[in-house]
This record gives sequence, structure tokens and C-alpha cells, in this order.
Amino acid sequence: MSASTAPAPTEQVSAPPPTELSADGQRRTLLGSTLQSVLAVVTALLLGGLLVAVTDEKVRHTAGYFFARPGDTFAAMWRAASSAYVAMFHGAVYNPSGAGLSGKLYPLTETLTVATPLILAGLGVALAFRAGLFNIGAQGQILVGATLAAWVGFSWHLPAGVHLLAVLAAGALGGAVWGGIVGLLKARTGAHEVILTIMLNYVALNLVAWLLTLPGFQREGSSNPISPAVDENAMFPKLLGEHFRLHWGFVVAVLATVAVAWLLNRSTVGFELRAVGANPRAARTAGISVTRGFVVVMLLAGMLAGLAGTAQISGTEHSLTSGVAASFGFDAITVALLGRSTPWGTFFAGILYGAFRAGGVTMQSMTGTNIDIVLVVQSLIVLFVALPPLLTLATRRRRIQEVAA
Amino acid sequence: MTTRRFRALGALGLAGVTGLVLAGCGSAPDSSGGSSQQASDFKGCIVSDDGGFQDRSFNQSSYEGLKAAEEHKGIQVSQAESQSETEFEPNLTSMTQQGCNLTVSVGFLLADTTKKVAAANPDKHFAIVDDNSITADNVKPIVYNTAEAAFLAGYLAAGTTQTGKVATYGGMDIPTVTVFMDGFADGVKYYNEKNKKDVKVLGWNKDSQNGTFLSSFQDSSKAKTVTQNLIGDGADVVLPVAGQAAQGTVDAVSEANKGGDEVRLIWPDTDGYESLDSGKEYVLTSVLKEMSKSVEDVVTQAADGTFDHTQYVGTLENGGVGLAPYHDQEDAVGEDLDKQVQQLKQDVIDGKVTVESKSAPKS
Repeated sequence: MSASTAPAPTEQVSAPPPTELSADGQRRTLLGSTLQSVLAVVTALLLGGLLVAVTDEKVRHTAGYFFARPGDTFAAMWRAASSAYVAMFHGAVYNPSGAGLSGKLYPLTETLTVATPLILAGLGVALAFRAGLFNIGAQGQILVGATLAAWVGFSWHLPAGVHLLAVLAAGALGGAVWGGIVGLLKARTGAHEVILTIMLNYVALNLVAWLLTLPGFQREGSSNPISPAVDENAMFPKLLGEHFRLHWGFVVAVLATVAVAWLLNRSTVGFELRAVGANPRAARTAGISVTRGFVVVMLLAGMLAGLAGTAQISGTEHSLTSGVAASFGFDAITVALLGRSTPWGTFFAGILYGAFRAGGVTMQSMTGTNIDIVLVVQSLIVLFVALPPLLTLATRRRRIQEVAA
Repeated sequence: MTTRRFRALGALGLAGVTGLVLAGCGSAPDSSGGSSQQASDFKGCIVSDDGGFQDRSFNQSSYEGLKAAEEHKGIQVSQAESQSETEFEPNLTSMTQQGCNLTVSVGFLLADTTKKVAAANPDKHFAIVDDNSITADNVKPIVYNTAEAAFLAGYLAAGTTQTGKVATYGGMDIPTVTVFMDGFADGVKYYNEKNKKDVKVLGWNKDSQNGTFLSSFQDSSKAKTVTQNLIGDGADVVLPVAGQAAQGTVDAVSEANKGGDEVRLIWPDTDGYESLDSGKEYVLTSVLKEMSKSVEDVVTQAADGTFDHTQYVGTLENGGVGLAPYHDQEDAVGEDLDKQVQQLKQDVIDGKVTVESKSAPKS
């Protein structure tokens, strides 16, 4: 514990609020219960449905003669909202008009495919949350991980198996470095991780854009900003055969979830991280190195996000572009929030968001509903997940002020 | 004070409610007999790149082409907007699963995915705009030799400049952008040779293929700065090849004119005089890329059962590319220069003048 990182060593460390370190206790105080998450999703879906209904052309048409025949408007609203959600379900879970069992279950595999990077990056964000760090930098960590993974993937030529492992290691390393920088700077200088991660996101994005202007990162005979495809050996094998996009990266995501669960709940490191997150001053008094905790957790968080980048490169995209990370790094924050920062909560929240994304595709092409509605629903979920703790906080503040007055 | 405000709010609210009530007062239509148009079984679909269908550029024009085919041929349509590059494949796959007979992919970014999905669905037809890297029996590339139209624009710009300097810049250093800049630079060069003048081109050097780029199609503030610099360097005609970002050039040109300079711009892809919200009085002409027309043609052919996979190259000859009318700038151009441009157009069509660009599609 170096003195330079403790700005107020003389400050008395007495009377921190009693903090329960059990995962369950922290969950309830910080991030609300499972019920809240479920309610948030349901409310967001209802409001989203209302929005679909209101923006629908037929609804607007029938609203023109609302007072002559109001039933028409309500029927049209119901039809618009329900058909949008039914299409979403067909695109995300089960498509009854698909050819054969594989055609019918294709949407479900799509959901899991899209969920893979969301789960991995979400775990990284959740882990940092638990150590009290707000990691906005998953996007940059995914990009750097993907860049390194892609480079190893297309410029090295290794035998099967070894190559994939090398790509995985490269992706994890890239993300870990990008996250580690944040942990190190926070530990050394006390700089705020939110600022650092946001800045590093931009650095990563522009770094990738610049790399893609170099001939070494472009395809032969083309100056388009897209890298060569990675070797066959560097790709994740398909999990259910060539017909589906689902790849072994999903298994990596499951293993990562198990590993993070073990780390948080069963290991000394995890205990220390949670202690730092619950109350840094108390943790310091108890002899836990807070600075070391920051570095370790950001290394791990970056590594997980880097693996998400690898899943993109080796799993679905196969070549590097500046859009390879889509908005997964930012979606990961909401996934971690919805999953209440627990490993399995994040896992299932990731699958739910994967379903939204996969289903959104079918929704817009089947019913013509604007794809942005999916974004609205996702954003509403975040709002409703974040609202109860905020309200609690506000009322508690007021109570304290009243007592003080 | 407060009561007055309340009263004003109340009045406003009343007006709003009245409006709503009135809006709902139409009479209900007869429920019998819907409009049953002669509907075709053919389904034409389109997938955008991450620019979306409201980009005032090639996604939008292509989409309008499909909608035109829907109107004229009574075909069914379906569209999917890609929010990011990772959605190209799910979107295209979703289209084939929905039974689209022809799916149009917009942009070279979709080339890899289109090739893959087309190979997996040999019984379905595809068309891809702005890319001709795919050779397959069921994929029709739609590309444009924009250099030809930009050549005319360059000649026109050189003929109207007062300062002896004209300029162009690009959004990104990619072939579909530099093909404009090549043609423009050559047009200026041709004007110089023919008229013994020395008009300079800023922002692009065709020989070294180096020039000014924004590294973005969205960053309109950067586009504005770049344009201000070009105007500051003496250019009085600017051709921005930068998608949505080119709005920054419109702003910079409008400000320069308000400041007393006489600066004009040449709009790419669509007729700027019609698509711009402001500053259209400064549009000298536009380099047209008739994407909606060619997409409609390809969709119509496919619907008629005459799909073929030979590439479509838009040229001056087939009207796939061209120059827009001069609108407000007609006087500035003058009859004489217009005649020269029309003659030049004919010469290009007849092959008397050849326009070359390494970025132009090979036919």
C-alpha cells in the first residue's frame, strides 16, 4: 500500500457503513433484485410496443377517424405491436415456418451467436463493477483484442489447434493491455476510470482506422479498409455444423462465466476485489492492496472484452474492419447492469440482448418496423434497472438531510 | 406573471386538444372491398450498409429504386437496415429465408457477405451496388463509371472559375470516391489543354493519387474546416465527395458567399438543387449517379424473369451517370460553355475522348 495512492491517510477510517460482503447482500443493496430486472424488461417491452403501435402507418390512418370507429384504432395498435413482437420471437427463438427442425431452430442459434461477444464483454464490465470501477472501455478493449487476434490470425500460419489458441491468447492479451493501462493509471495517478476508458475507446477506434490504411492490414490489390480473412485454422469450428453460424466461441463464453463465478465467489482474489468494491477504505484497513486490486480487475476485465473481440474475428466476421465491435462494448454495460453484475445474471442478460438483436433483424424485414425500436427497448431497460437504486439513494439523501436539519 | 403564463399554457393546451379531437373526426371508410391491386408474387428485397436508408446518398437512392419497382410492377418488397457491419450476414440470410427472389446489397462493404450468402443460395438472385468483385451466376454487380460525369464537371468548373483554382476532396480514400476526383481532375486538365489555360486543382493529385480526405462520411465539421481551407487557398468551385459530411461544405460555401466571395459547389450522387435544404443557389451542377433508376431496372428485369449476371456499368451513354441541370447558375455558365460541355459529352460517348481512372470499374 503506497502512500502516494492514499490521498488522505490521516483521515480517520472509522465507521464505514456496515457492508455485507456476501454476493447476495451486495446485489440487493447496489443493483436491485431479480424481480426488478424482470419488471424492467417487461415494462420496457410494453412501452416499446406502444411506440411501435403509435408510429405504425395503419394506426395513424385509423386514428384519423378515431371518434367514428375507435375500435379500428385499438385493433390496429394491437396488430402492429403484436406482429412486431411475434416477428421478433420468430427471429430470435423459434421460426415455425422454417424448413425442417434445423430451419425452425436456426433463430435460437443466431441468438446464441450474437450473445457470445455480449456475454464475454458483459462479464468484463460486471467484474469491474464488483470492484467498484465503472468500466466504459469494453468497446476499446474489444477493438484492440480483435485487432491483435486478427493480425495473428491472418499473418501467422500455424497448424490447426495451435493457431486458434494463439489467436485466443492474442485477443485476450490485447484486451488485457488496454484494460490494464486504465487500472495502472488509476492506481498510480488516481485518474478517474470513466474518463480514461472513454478516451481509450477513441484511441482504439482511431488506431484501428489508421492500421487499416496500411498495406500490411489490407487485402492484396485493394485499398478498402478491410483486413484479409484469418486462416481457416484460426477460426472457431462451428458448433452445430456448417449450416449454423454458432461457433465454439459460445463454449468459451460459458467457460468464462464459470471461471468468473468461481473467481468472484470462491477465490481470495475475488474476495479482495469485492472488498475493494464494497468499501475501499475498509479494505485498505483490512490489509488489502486497493491499487493492486484496481490493476488486477482491469486486466481481467480487459481480457474478457478482448476474448469478445476474438469471438468476433474467429467466430463470425473473420476479418478486421473498424466496425467489427459494432456497439457490443456499450451494450455490454447494459448487459452487466441488467445481470446485476453477477456472472450468471450477465450470462442470461447477454442471451436476452442477443435475442433482441437477432430478433430485430427479422422484425424489421418482416413487419417493416424500424430497427431503432430495439435500441429504444434496450435503453428503456437500462433506465428502469437504474431507476429504483437512484430513487432509493435520493430518498435516503433527503432523510439524512432532514435528520441533519 | 405566473397567472398569465398559466393562462397562456391553458390556451395552448386547449388548442392542442382541439387539434387532436379534430384530427380524429374523419369519417370511417367502408370496410368492404380493399384495394386489391394486381399483386405480383415476386419479392424484391434490399439490405443497406451501416449508413441506413436515410443517408441522402446511395443507400437512399437504391431504396427509392426498389420502392419505384414496387409501385410500377406491384411486386412485394422487404428491407433491412444494418446498424453495424456485424449485421450484414444476419440481414442477408434473413432475406433469403423470407423467400426474397432478388436481394440488393448496397455498398462494397457487403461484398464478402453477399458472395457467401449467394453461394449458399444458388436458386436466389442478388445484385450488389458499387462493387464488381463477385463473379457468380446469381449475382449482378451494379457499378458506375462516375469518372465520365465528373470529367464534364471538371471541365465546367474550370470554365467558370474566376480565381483559376478549383478544388475537390473525399470522405475516404476508397475507389468509389477517388473515381469522382480522378474524373474531375482530368476534366480540368482537358479544359486547360483545349483553351490554353492553367486552372489548378486543389485537394487531389491524380498522378500521385494523393489528396485531402476526411477519414469519415459523417464528420461535417471537419468537412467545413477542410472547405474553408480550400476556399482560403483560392478555390472558388468545390466538389465534396463525402456523403453526409458534405453538408459542412454547403455551410462553408454559404458563409463565404455571405462574406462577399463568390464560391460555388458541385454536388455528388444526387441533384443537390433538389436534395439540399439550404445553399442550393450555390450549386453549379451535380455529378449524378442514377442509382434508383438502375436498381429499379435490375429489379424489374428480375421480376420479368430476365435476370442476368453480367455487370451493369452506368455510363454517360446509357444515362447511368450524368450532369444535373445548372438551375440558378445557368447565367454563370453561359450558352457557349454549355455547348462545349454538351459536345464533350457526345465526344466521350462516341469514344473520341477517353476518360481513364484506375478506380473506374473495368468492363
